[in-house]
Amino acid sequence: MSGWLSALFNILDPFCGPAGIFTWLGGSGLVSCGDTGWGDEIAFGVKVTISLALATLPVGLLIGFLIALAAQSQEKLLRLAAGIYTTIFRGLPELLTLFIVYYGAQMLIQSVLSFFGYDGRVEINAFVAGMVALAVVFSSYSSEVLLSAFRAIPRGQYEAGDALGLRRGKTMLLIVLPQLIRIALPGLTNLWLILLKDTSYVSVIGLADIVRQTGVAARVSKEAFFFYFLACLLYLILAMISSYGLGFIERWAKRSEVSR
Amino acid sequence: MSVTKEMIPPRPAPAVLHRPLTTAKVVGIGVLILWALLAMALISMVIEGWDPAKFERYGPRYLNGLWTTISLVGISIVLGAILSLPIAFARMAKNRVLNAIAYAYVYVFRSTPLLAQLFLIYYGLGSFRPQLESVGLWWFFREAWYCGLFSLTLNTAAYQAEILRGALQSVPVGQHEGAAALGISKRVAFWKIILPQALIVALRPYGNEIILMIKGSAVVAIVTVYDLMGETRYAFSRTFDYQTYLWAAIFYLTMVEALRHLWNFIERRLTRHLVR
Repeated sequence: MSGWLSALFNILDPFCGPAGIFTWLGGSGLVSCGDTGWGDEIAFGVKVTISLALATLPVGLLIGFLIALAAQSQEKLLRLAAGIYTTIFRGLPELLTLFIVYYGAQMLIQSVLSFFGYDGRVEINAFVAGMVALAVVFSSYSSEVLLSAFRAIPRGQYEAGDALGLRRGKTMLLIVLPQLIRIALPGLTNLWLILLKDTSYVSVIGLADIVRQTGVAARVSKEAFFFYFLACLLYLILAMISSYGLGFIERWAKRSEVSR
Repeated sequence: MSVTKEMIPPRPAPAVLHRPLTTAKVVGIGVLILWALLAMALISMVIEGWDPAKFERYGPRYLNGLWTTISLVGISIVLGAILSLPIAFARMAKNRVLNAIAYAYVYVFRSTPLLAQLFLIYYGLGSFRPQLESVGLWWFFREAWYCGLFSLTLNTAAYQAEILRGALQSVPVGQHEGAAALGISKRVAFWKIILPQALIVALRPYGNEIILMIKGSAVVAIVTVYDLMGETRYAFSRTFDYQTYLWAAIFYLTMVEALRHLWNFIERRLTRHLVR
């Protein structure tokens, strides 16, 4: 089963499969697949970039939702705590957040381990560090989007939920959340495109994403312009595909609205 | 006919409901304690690891880096604003070709990462050294600082063009028509009637763009420009002291927060006449 599945993926591979662009256009040149060209390495970078962005999205959305809930609660202390979070992480450069998470987590784990008597060198996974840093940044921005969406939902909706005898959680899940998604979707679409671009920063801590892989190719082959141009092109294509797909989702979310 | 014989005597206000410790309160206090612990840990780290020698060696470098960051952002914002004018007008032009070119420029620069653009300009154009030397532009593309400035300018011009276009199009058509009815020439109408109204709409997005640029300018550190981030990386690579990053965070946060408050003040001041 898994062999069959991987064979299917190999056939559908948009880069190095039988119908892949590098197979067709690369020939035996710089971007051909295999040992002579850089096609398969760059294809791997694209996969890393996409999977990093996709892995960050749910985490960031969940944290952002919780922060938005805290920011609109009636409890002053909770609002203050949420405000500190968004102020800090919206004010720091993404690159700095990444370094702080990467080296900070490394130091924290090392000091905890040395407390238990282990004195080895600890290296944390660049993918996880990148994911945490990007999720933190994404969540602080998405909390603002979700917060303004929360404010667009009238109080009557909550009161209707109370009148129907629904519990608070049920009101949130069945009444508020569906409307929230519809209102927040354009803002979240923007944030997704920003997230896709921000994944390029993880190349700095050594994760093999598009920028890293094309950078290695550029250094070895001395064709810097070509490979960095290719990197820009790949990001452009990813953005185009995303906005095309998100357009579908937006239309789907709006299907219940009155057409004017 | 009934007449009220006696008034209802005044009564004390209802007793304040004793609010028990709600979940929200517990969570709020918990998170705040977590923040306080984190802050204390960081402060104690700074105090414990305080080293006058390091401060003397890297302190001035940090200030230099801060100045590099500020000048880089300032110059690129101004140059980007100048460059964004023709792009915004091309974007609103009736000419299809002009429109398409401006749209493509904005789309490309907004949907590719700044890091990739910077690499393309610094390393990519750097590989055309003989050609650039023959044109006499090599001195520009040789310097990382100029390349950083160039890519930041191109990037912010795309964003600013969109801000400007949105703001100009938000001015109602009636304003153009009113100016025409008064016999005011198009040029004067643009400078004296349309632009002032558009800039008020654009004020907040411009503030956000400057903040994004301050944050985005950190990437130039990767192509060896010693801005605030570059000095931080330099200091960290020499000392392996985590404090270096904390100081950078303090500098960046201060810059962004100061700008945010300044911008709020400017906006309140400039929109006094719009407050109802």
